Amino acid sequence: MDLVSAKNIGAGIAVIALAGVGVGIGNIFAALVSSVARNPAARDRVFGLAILGFALTEAVALYALVIAFIILFV
Amino acid sequence: MAAEGSSSIDALGQFKLTTALGPLGASVNFTQANLMMVVAGAAMLGLLWIGMRPRAMVPGRLQAAAEMCYETVMSMCIEQIGQEGKKFFPLVFTLFFFILFGNLVGVFPYFFTFTSHIAVTLALSLLVFILVTFVALKEHGWHFFSYFVPKGIPVVLTPLLVVIEVISYLSRIISLSVRLFANMMAGHVMLEVFGSFVVMLGGAGFIFLFPAGLSLAVNVVLIGFELLVATLQAYVFAILTCIYLHDAVHLH
Repeated sequence: MDLVSAKNIGAGIAVIALAGVGVGIGNIFAALVSSVARNPAARDRVFGLAILGFALTEAVALYALVIAFIILFV
Repeated sequence: MAAEGSSSIDALGQFKLTTALGPLGASVNFTQANLMMVVAGAAMLGLLWIGMRPRAMVPGRLQAAAEMCYETVMSMCIEQIGQEGKKFFPLVFTLFFFILFGNLVGVFPYFFTFTSHIAVTLALSLLVFILVTFVALKEHGWHFFSYFVPKGIPVVLTPLLVVIEVISYLSRIISLSVRLFANMMAGHVMLEVFGSFVVMLGGAGFIFLFPAGLSLAVNVVLIGFELLVATLQAYVFAILTCIYLHDAVHLH
């Protein structure tokens, strides 16, 4: 196997981490929907927290993406 | 991707630093990232200065924006840190708006996102980390080191947990800086990749015009997403600074 195809396969493997991030973001918004359904008055406060959690979880996805970019381009 | 041949996408070329402001800038290594920092700082100062000049009882549009900036950050400080948070307000305000305007100027064409460089974000997060440690030492003295010993655990586990706590404390530097850097870099690389698709597919022939238009549509959506991410990451950076300062002031 030559270096270029090994790099491409490695970059593909690196983004498997996105599966976990998908589960995490799904969890966050599932919890958001159910908590807003139970107490619609709390919507504004809970939404800010959900967005914060979303940003923190999404950052994990981007760590994986950065590793993939480093494998591919650097 | 049938027709682009051997040409590959140079996704990271956009982050290359060049000197700005002609020979004068070149002689002092004044890069376009530095220029954008000046632009971001000037934009924020301009908004505050021009906005607050009327000092009207009923604010106009700019004054309302300036007041909203102030109140958002002030309430963030007080909610997260407590009443002591007021003395950290200038730091959090500066960090938030420096990063916010740095992220936002990057969305404009021909501008440069200085927060997409790990050197910049690492310097910012080191500043926060050193300041937080300094504040904690000043407030609590040697008692600060009890922060690394969780309460109510078996004695046998203590050495292990202390090591874990110290590592998690130190990893704040990396997580804070890499989060901002990765978000901005990944967003701009994605814009570049889809932009290259438009050019490659658009030049490849009549059949490829539809996928080229699709890539263009994706790019438009991504710009909107970038606006969201730019605001969100500045907010996350500021709020994490507040949370760390809360830990430093109150020790749990």
